[in-house]
Amino acid sequence: MSSLSWRLIVVTLATVFGLAFTLPSIEAVRQSPLGSILPSNQVSLGLDLKGGIHLTLGVDVDKAVANALAQGGQDIKSFAQEKEIAIIRQNLVDNKRLEFVLASPDKKAAFDEMLKKQFGGMTVERTDTVDDGKIKYTMGFTTEYRKNLVSLTVDQAVKTIRNRIDQFGVAEPDIRKQAGDRIQIQLPGLKDPDRAIALVGKTAHLEFKIVDDSADVAKAEKGQLPPGRELIMERITNRDGTPVDRPLVVKSEAVLTGEHIADARVNFDQNNNQPYVSLNFTPRGAKIFERVTGDNLKKRMAIILDGKAYSAPVIQDRIAGGRATITGRYTETEARDLAVVLRAGALPAPVNVLEQRTVGPSLGQESIDNGVMSISVACGAIALFMLVYYSFSGVVANIALVLNVFLITSGLALFGATLTLPGIAGIILTMAMSVDANIIIFERIREEIRLGLPPKASIKEGFQRGALTILDANATTAIAAIVLYEFGTGPIRGFAVTLLLGIVASMFTAIFVSRTLMELWVSGHKAETKLSI
Amino acid sequence: MGLELIKPNINFNFLGYRRYAYVISLLLVLAGVVSLVARGGPKYGVDFAGGMTVQLKFAKAVTAADIQKPLDAAGLPHLTVQRLGQEKDNSFLISAAEKGEPLEEVRSKVDKALKAELGDGAFEVQRVEVVGPKVGEDLRAGALNAIFYAVVIIAVYISGRFEQRWMAAGLMGAGLTSAMWALRHFGLSTGYLIIAAILVTLVLCWALKLKYALGALVADVHDVFITIGIFSILGIEFDLTIVAALLTILGYSLNDTIIVYDRIRERLGQAKGEPFEKVINDAVNQTLSRTMLTSLITLFTVTALYMFGGSVLKDFALAMIIGIVTGTYSSVFVASPILVDLGSGLDTFQQDEQGAAEGGKA
Repeated sequence: MSSLSWRLIVVTLATVFGLAFTLPSIEAVRQSPLGSILPSNQVSLGLDLKGGIHLTLGVDVDKAVANALAQGGQDIKSFAQEKEIAIIRQNLVDNKRLEFVLASPDKKAAFDEMLKKQFGGMTVERTDTVDDGKIKYTMGFTTEYRKNLVSLTVDQAVKTIRNRIDQFGVAEPDIRKQAGDRIQIQLPGLKDPDRAIALVGKTAHLEFKIVDDSADVAKAEKGQLPPGRELIMERITNRDGTPVDRPLVVKSEAVLTGEHIADARVNFDQNNNQPYVSLNFTPRGAKIFERVTGDNLKKRMAIILDGKAYSAPVIQDRIAGGRATITGRYTETEARDLAVVLRAGALPAPVNVLEQRTVGPSLGQESIDNGVMSISVACGAIALFMLVYYSFSGVVANIALVLNVFLITSGLALFGATLTLPGIAGIILTMAMSVDANIIIFERIREEIRLGLPPKASIKEGFQRGALTILDANATTAIAAIVLYEFGTGPIRGFAVTLLLGIVASMFTAIFVSRTLMELWVSGHKAETKLSI
Repeated sequence: MGLELIKPNINFNFLGYRRYAYVISLLLVLAGVVSLVARGGPKYGVDFAGGMTVQLKFAKAVTAADIQKPLDAAGLPHLTVQRLGQEKDNSFLISAAEKGEPLEEVRSKVDKALKAELGDGAFEVQRVEVVGPKVGEDLRAGALNAIFYAVVIIAVYISGRFEQRWMAAGLMGAGLTSAMWALRHFGLSTGYLIIAAILVTLVLCWALKLKYALGALVADVHDVFITIGIFSILGIEFDLTIVAALLTILGYSLNDTIIVYDRIRERLGQAKGEPFEKVINDAVNQTLSRTMLTSLITLFTVTALYMFGGSVLKDFALAMIIGIVTGTYSSVFVASPILVDLGSGLDTFQQDEQGAAEGGKA
């Protein structure tokens, strides 16, 4: 087989490949009988083209560490109690260190032994002897433990958020952990950022606490709280309908938390048609709830979500069966989202929205239309110019140009890359680069013809000399594309991908495909036939 | 043969005009630098400075004042309201700079204030961008790093590429890397590091007698600087897509230079005994047609993008237009003539030296 024949086979295969992986991205083709035999890979569109919400959340890991330290403090206290060692004046400093005083210094050896055995993740940063020989401990987490804790917290947050989004129902969400304490979330199709943020950003830490009505609220507001009590705000509605915050003193210890929720649903009040969320506890939760309500008859129980009391009804009876309701002034949508969030569970630590980008569906479609328009105009202008300027050789360059676009789109589909709006700009640029390469070659061929070389020899010379220059010229742009891919985010990566794919494809089409077509075309010519270039 | 926009026998004395060209280039670069200094650096968009932008499309014709009024009433000052595109589009951009207040709340308030004043269906939120200070800082660092690495890698590549002296390129790579490592060690920020990298590269090119690499780099940096300068003068914000455009210019504007340089090398091999100046001028003339045509084609496409690509890609396309025009100009008027002015002291080509010697004899 001659060299031309096998090159023709390669060109044909490339064309079939380009079409086979490009066509399935068109809806009409997928629906047609052709769709069933073509590969299923499709070009996936970025959020900037299909519309949706992009969020970057930062997990408040310091808060998570502080919580874990406080929990560690509780555990040390109860372990010590079992060994009849008294721990007093325990508190958290700067949310970073745990301080407490060992009341019985003679038991220091036993206590240290216990710390070492049971609390491997914590380290004693310093000990000081305070009044009457008691020993003050300052403790923190080891670097290793802290790192693990942070990583676990972020993992847990990702899991919870994924759970919420699944329950909420979003097609093809993308939730991933990023470097450090960040989580990136992509929600295609959503358009209300407020709702999305409420859904993924609400900590949803639900607690039930007993109200201490004997405490002096006025004093509490000045910071004078009895031990084991805390001040929270209850959102109530005045007679005239305006919401106000009312202070409430509750026992610090939560009698029940959101962990024990088995299910949460929206119901409507028979009287005023207001939506409320009803909770079903797990069997264990139901048992605790029954005991707690029985123990605290005629007292009030505050239902607290993220530090704010939604209501604080008086316990009239021991409540068996494990049901509770959260009433409040919210819309049906808010109630539904709250139910989703409660079902999916609480975040291990609060999260902050660091970045939010939303593209509405109409702008996405507009961008696609603009992109298609730009590509069509650019393609038309180039094709016309090449045809006028280079006659038949221009046709060859135009075939290479079209094949180049097909190869880029099929590359996107094959590698599962995302097409973004800047990505469309990348396609347009590489269209020009593909034609540029052919211009460099054609100009060289013209030069060789002027020097008196016969057509076939000029083509050979033109392509051979042109190829290396083109390779080199594109190398620097490829370097820029690779660097952009490495350091870019989202849409810019899309640009880098199409630019890189386009550079590779354009070199193949402009050098290999064009040459094959040119040689095929002159192969039947007589030696003296002039080249249409 | 088909059309010929530029006649094959063209023989324009480009080198003769090179001093004028240097002055024009210098003035353009200086104007950009003055603008940058006067404005205290590039004007950063939401991506880099942090802040909030909301793009709204209204159902009925409204004016910026109609939008501003309810926002002021809601106690939301420091917001700028701008019309986007044509008057018939009824599109507006509302933006707020990062000032430490929670941007998500500002956005939410804007939404509520406008809905309360104009009604629920009066507008559609087409685009929202809220970038917190931390993310803005990260994106800025990422962009600067991208520019830095692109400059360094391209510098090393072209220092080896033109003269096939990969030893020299290796030395360049080693020298550049260690200089950058040392400077970074001293706590130099990435922005200055980029400028330092460019300077170190130019000095190393000089020291290693890499004349062609030096010429190409000067032209390349010239193109990117002028693009940045014009953007600064026009007051256009820099965001991620502009950085992508700058890097593309950095890579693409070398194309024309590479073609001319390849022709110079080819001519030096053939036309022994001709003066260096004539060889260069001939090479520029011989490749002029393809230089102009390739730039024209690329201009077609980015102009199509500028006109039809929509608001998001408009500035990207403009940067590319400026970059391509200056890139073409610089490959003809800067990159090639500068080879002559860099002097024979930097000559590295064997053929070149031989040619000069033979020319001396004749």
